[in-house]
Amino acid sequence: MGDFTVLAVSCIFVNNILLAQFLGNCPFLGTSKKMETAVGMAMAVVFVMVMAGLITWIVDHYLLKTLDIEYLRTVSFILVIASLVQFVEMFLKKSIPALYAGLGIFLPLITTNCAVMGVCLINIKEEYTFFQALAASLFYAIGFGLALIIFAGLRERIDLARVPKPLQDTSIGLVTAGMISLSFFAFKGMV
Amino acid sequence: MIESILFMVGLGGCASLVLSFASKIFYVYEDPRIELVEANLAGANCGACGFTGCSAAAEAVVRGDEPPSVCVISNKEGVERVAEIMGMEAGTAESPHAYNMCEGGDRATNRYRYLGIQSCKAMAVMFGGKRDCHIGCIGLGDCVRACNFNAVRIGPKGYPVVNDDKCVGCGACQKACPKDIIEVRTLSEKILKFNQLSDPLAPCSQTCPAEIDVPRYIAQIRQGQYKEAVRTIRMRNPLPLTCGRVCPHPCEEECRRGVEDEPVSINQLKRFASDYEMNSGKRIPIKCAPDSGRKIAVIGGGPSGLSAAFFLRRLGHQVTIFESMPKLGGMLRYGIPEYRLPKKVLEWEIQGILDLGVESFTYVKFGVDFGLGSLVAAGYNAVFIGVGAWKDYSLGIEGEDMEGGFTGIDFLSRASKGEELDLGKRAAVIGGGNTAVDCARTLLRLGLEKVYMIYRRTRAEMPANEVEIAASEEEGIEFVFLASPTRLLDKDNSKRVCRIEYLKMQLGEPDASGRRRPEPIEGSETVLDVDTVVTAIGQSPDSVFKERDPHARMTELELTRWNTIENDPETLTTTIPYVFTAGDAATGPSLVVDAIGGGRRAARSIDLFLKGKKIEPVKESLQNKRIPESIFSRVPGVEPVPRVRMPERKVEDRINSFDEVDLVLGEQNAHKEANRCLNCCRLCYNPDKPAMGPV
Repeated sequence: MGDFTVLAVSCIFVNNILLAQFLGNCPFLGTSKKMETAVGMAMAVVFVMVMAGLITWIVDHYLLKTLDIEYLRTVSFILVIASLVQFVEMFLKKSIPALYAGLGIFLPLITTNCAVMGVCLINIKEEYTFFQALAASLFYAIGFGLALIIFAGLRERIDLARVPKPLQDTSIGLVTAGMISLSFFAFKGMV
Repeated sequence: MIESILFMVGLGGCASLVLSFASKIFYVYEDPRIELVEANLAGANCGACGFTGCSAAAEAVVRGDEPPSVCVISNKEGVERVAEIMGMEAGTAESPHAYNMCEGGDRATNRYRYLGIQSCKAMAVMFGGKRDCHIGCIGLGDCVRACNFNAVRIGPKGYPVVNDDKCVGCGACQKACPKDIIEVRTLSEKILKFNQLSDPLAPCSQTCPAEIDVPRYIAQIRQGQYKEAVRTIRMRNPLPLTCGRVCPHPCEEECRRGVEDEPVSINQLKRFASDYEMNSGKRIPIKCAPDSGRKIAVIGGGPSGLSAAFFLRRLGHQVTIFESMPKLGGMLRYGIPEYRLPKKVLEWEIQGILDLGVESFTYVKFGVDFGLGSLVAAGYNAVFIGVGAWKDYSLGIEGEDMEGGFTGIDFLSRASKGEELDLGKRAAVIGGGNTAVDCARTLLRLGLEKVYMIYRRTRAEMPANEVEIAASEEEGIEFVFLASPTRLLDKDNSKRVCRIEYLKMQLGEPDASGRRRPEPIEGSETVLDVDTVVTAIGQSPDSVFKERDPHARMTELELTRWNTIENDPETLTTTIPYVFTAGDAATGPSLVVDAIGGGRRAARSIDLFLKGKKIEPVKESLQNKRIPESIFSRVPGVEPVPRVRMPERKVEDRINSFDEVDLVLGEQNAHKEANRCLNCCRLCYNPDKPAMGPV
């Protein structure tokens, strides 16, 4: 159990996928203008990341490793994640229309999210067991959501502030992202 | 190498196999139009339409929740293609346009001197706005930035100006505005807009029963845009020529200039603009919404019926007017004498309404020639009853029914039809209202030597318009105040009126209406020699339609004890769901402009009824109430400028003919008068000189 606590702190705070690993920056900047959108995106990421973490771990262990073709990892993961998202979308549309409507456009958008890919690859690189991989994927996704929501909240405030013209919009967004990232560095000492 | 190729092919094959099975298993039926519509949206998934992604927007279009113009960045062709897929004609679909209510801008002083905030939204969140007026335009241009079509810009006066040609009605500006100042509305929505407590309204617009946007049309007259001025008036009032002549202009009562100076002569300006249209000989085209295919019967061709017909037609419905008299116009034609409202003018005005495609039948009486049942059978979806108040009250005194005794409306309508009446040489009119004054002035013009007006209170209590009273004094009508007729007398049993006897009165304690009650003085009987007596002491609706119509449904239509039709004053619905009412039949005798406002209000309810929506009153409806903060006791910065005098015909000329007494303002004078307008809004106005100190 202790291992999982450490894993949680490490994935959510210390090695935050957005702020420490700098993956998934496009949705980070693109969907953080409104709190509502940010929450939708975070939910979709949690969902897809866990699913992708599971499937890719299985593919890696039972196919790539046994056939000794690990060098195909990246290519096959792209294929697997893309079809997985499509599959999940179809499944949700039929079975849980409410969730489908809630996630809306964000679900297909995640197909090309590098954070998802990144988490899958990290799971393999760290040589996690199946359950560790499952937990790590979940915690990374939570970390992603946390950072995104914090950032969206800040950006809503920044909208109301007096920002010099050259720095408006994305520029000030990047500066802010950098500052949050710096503050997250403080967690480095924890683990 | 081979195995890796095999692996990739295998994996790809597996994935596609799973997906193709999944698409079979998880197949959800979708309207094929959704895909077609989506293909014609911009496909940027920008979310500016308010939906998460283009497919959600496409679904909303197919469901019918959104118009084909849902996509804010799609171009005109795209919108047309979407409309085509949906089976609508893009050409006739009502396109909404952005519309700015507030013209305040920079003249409202800034409340905060803060900080160089760049956005209205921020200003609204942090300070509630930077101007005096808490509902007014902040003017930092969030709407300009929100518009993807460059249709909005901040005008020279600091408030947004919309370019109608570029506006596609996407609603982005409305969403961006934190103050609800800029609104996107279709024509129908504009026609059905009613004054609300939260609107930026000048005092004159609040007091106008028809809710005309007064400052806007005066500003348009000032700028020489007479056509636009007439259009602004017609958004609320289909009878500007008539109102410009006969309206007692309640709007002028609360005129802000009137606090420090004489009020602006608003009604004269309305008359100027509408006369301009008539004299130009060319009708300004009136826009109507696309046909809805619904039929409405309007019973009564008076002001309320004409107003309801006009607005319902503009909302796209098919309207038929049924009128019992030989011609349309109701009280306007048969109750208002020629010298106040020439028939020629009325004719021109009514023709303009009929030209929109309104049908009319005259000489058919409701309850006699047709009833509710026959209207329903003829396929009318709703019925509007605006039969007016045509039954004169009688005094109930001895000798009233003798030859030479008339009642007010009956007399006026017979006179206006040109009937030969045996009137003798001297006449008395009993009553102090506008009808009584009209009767007296008509009698004078019919060649009588002496006309008396007998009223039981004094001049100060007379309900008639001050200008009318003054004009009748000028024309030589003799007033007998504090007099109550007791009987009419004849000579030698000839059954022909020759004298009227009255009791003198004195004023006692104030009664419920706040006016001092007249009390008779015992033994003060006085006699006047007259040949004709006209009693004009008020009217009530004639309920003959209810008594004569045998249709069972009619018994459900309830009347009040004043014989008016039982109705909800906010929605003008009656006790029968598909029957609506307005005007004198609903309110009892009132102003023309009240009937016009009522007609529009009823049109709103009928429109809701036809669309199957719940008929609810307008939220925070103002309806003749005032916005307290907008009524000032002092108006700094106003320099008295006398109002332009209305030209009128000389007394000697006018009492011998029925020619119109009041004349129209000249263009120059109209401009002069329009310049007296302070262009008020809820709080701000344009003072003549900079006000000293805080307002």
